[in-house]
Amino acid sequence: MNAPIRNENLQLLNGNHAVAWGVRLASPDVAPLYPITPQTPILEKLIDFKSADLLGTEILTPESEHSAMAAAVAASATGARVFSATSSQGLLLMHELLHYAAGSRLPIVLFNVNRTPAAPWGFWPDQIDSLSQRDTGWVQLYSETPQESLDTVIQAFRIAEASELPVMVNHDAFYVSHAVEPVSVPDQGAVELYLPKVDRSMWLDTDIGRAIGAPIGQDGWNRTRREMDAAMQTIVGLTKDAGKAWGEMSGRPYAPLELYRCDDAEVVFVTMGSMAGTAREAVDRLRESGVAAGLVKVRLFRPMPMADLHAALADIPCALVLDRNYSPGVGGVLHQELMAGFYGAENAPRIFGFLTGVGGTNVPVEMLEKLAVDYRQAKQNNNPIWVE
Amino acid sequence: MKDIEYNEAGQFCSGHNACAGCAEALSMRVILNAVGKNTVGVVVPSCVAIIVGAHPRSSAKIPFIHGLLESAAAMASGVKRGLVSQGKDDTTVLCLAGDGGTYDIGLQALSSAAERNEDILYVCFDNEGYMNTGGQTSSSTPLAASTGSSPLGKTTRKKNLVEILAAHRIPYIATASPSHLSDLSEKVTKAKAIRGMKVIIVVIPCLPGWGIADDAAVKVSRLAVESGVFPLIEVEDGLRYSINSADKTKPIDEYLDLQKRYRHISDSERVELQQDVDDSWDRLVARTKM
Repeated sequence: MNAPIRNENLQLLNGNHAVAWGVRLASPDVAPLYPITPQTPILEKLIDFKSADLLGTEILTPESEHSAMAAAVAASATGARVFSATSSQGLLLMHELLHYAAGSRLPIVLFNVNRTPAAPWGFWPDQIDSLSQRDTGWVQLYSETPQESLDTVIQAFRIAEASELPVMVNHDAFYVSHAVEPVSVPDQGAVELYLPKVDRSMWLDTDIGRAIGAPIGQDGWNRTRREMDAAMQTIVGLTKDAGKAWGEMSGRPYAPLELYRCDDAEVVFVTMGSMAGTAREAVDRLRESGVAAGLVKVRLFRPMPMADLHAALADIPCALVLDRNYSPGVGGVLHQELMAGFYGAENAPRIFGFLTGVGGTNVPVEMLEKLAVDYRQAKQNNNPIWVE
Repeated sequence: MKDIEYNEAGQFCSGHNACAGCAEALSMRVILNAVGKNTVGVVVPSCVAIIVGAHPRSSAKIPFIHGLLESAAAMASGVKRGLVSQGKDDTTVLCLAGDGGTYDIGLQALSSAAERNEDILYVCFDNEGYMNTGGQTSSSTPLAASTGSSPLGKTTRKKNLVEILAAHRIPYIATASPSHLSDLSEKVTKAKAIRGMKVIIVVIPCLPGWGIADDAAVKVSRLAVESGVFPLIEVEDGLRYSINSADKTKPIDEYLDLQKRYRHISDSERVELQQDVDDSWDRLVARTKM
């Protein structure tokens, strides 16, 4: 977080409890939830709120994440505001429903805690669970801190309901989900003004004998994807609006990209999630030692804010992409996105892709400092580079 | 012979996509008229999804969401909770699925919804196989019946879904048949008035899947009831069993002989099948006396 922080109503919260607070403030009508490490504290905190009569949400706890997302889809189709949360295997089990939710244009908000998928079993921060869902039609946002997670989950409802696209917000297992920080909890009334209930009564309505999701011809199916494409084109603008309005309300503005010390930089890190914290520290140390380093934190991953990235990297000769994920046979997913987005661009930076912290391995600040020093003047290399 | 008074409320439209002579469409008409206007439907891939129809047409006057095959009960739960959260507590949620979506891939979600006692009315159109994909074995396919994936006859029994559901102690379980439409209509009306999870399993002889004549669906389903192969029953709170049809009055021969799916069976297999039906009937009668 690089924005001025207004320290009102500070509470000591871990990342997941911050999410639960955000959800409480957004006040969804329905929340189907299924426990999974390390998401479970979100579920437990919401049920604590519900049990104490602090949350009016209908909560159901079905037998699987598949049924949780199925119930989320169906509840959203009645016009209800719907939230769910999951992680790793749970997100992968939801995969079929993720396509369905987006195809039906249902503005569900899902919080995913990024965790390694089996096999082998692991419980560590790694973003391949959500990155492998990038083609399902969900907007994807990545959060670096508990405060950002609280703020972003509320903004996600605004983006979802304005675009009629589902939105997935992600933060890293343990590094963010279980890290405790002072978090400013906004006022309920202010959030209600920021996020008014949207009337979606044109959905499943007993007065209209129409069907949602019924079989359709080729032309009709094709049209649904063109319409989703048009909706996706609005997301960068909606994310900017939501982040700006949030800043006016809370003192913490957000944007699809967060730029840190990029002015006159000769080399920048490009990354998502908790890695941005490490990279920010590395930037400071590099600047102190005379290396003009910077950081581009990608907050909105899908759709990728490519015009903003082009502007951010316009005068920067070298970009080091740090991926805490590995797409076998390809490399880092963010690296590939940047390579594709800059292909053929004039004055494109040299782009390097580093596989850092895959499987949750530690990425010390010194490791990133060394990468910047070693690669800032290196020749372009398209291959992913494993970093130890 | 007597005429039955039937209250046609027009909730199911002509021009639907069922095969000519299909008893599922007939059952749909009775169910939709009995359940009434203040209803939201959930339908999952199955013959009944085809009967409800493709975009932009619908054969039903109520709205439907076309859900995912394994998610019928989960989606019905979501619809109900969504409606309740918006103050629409009195709207009935009607879930329609086939036996594949109920006995097989949807069983997990069904069990979960039953355990939570969700306030939904779940109807399974049981044509004893994956008939919408051309006729393959499901766990509802009975012993010895041949399908596209059991050409020599199924070697295991039909899953007893009634007993599985009864073990969940849900308020209401019933079986019904297109041969007994007043009974079907009364069961839907009764179920609609009960809070909590209700499941009605309707036997649907599939014309191509069972290999029966185009005009024989109602006759075959009547024989299924009268031979005790598919008794009409109610189970309340998972404990109180009652038989709603007349006693088992016929041997299974006529029922079997009208279907191609049993054409291959030997005389000894026929005897075994009859014994199996007799044993099941005796166990059912014993349950009604518990």
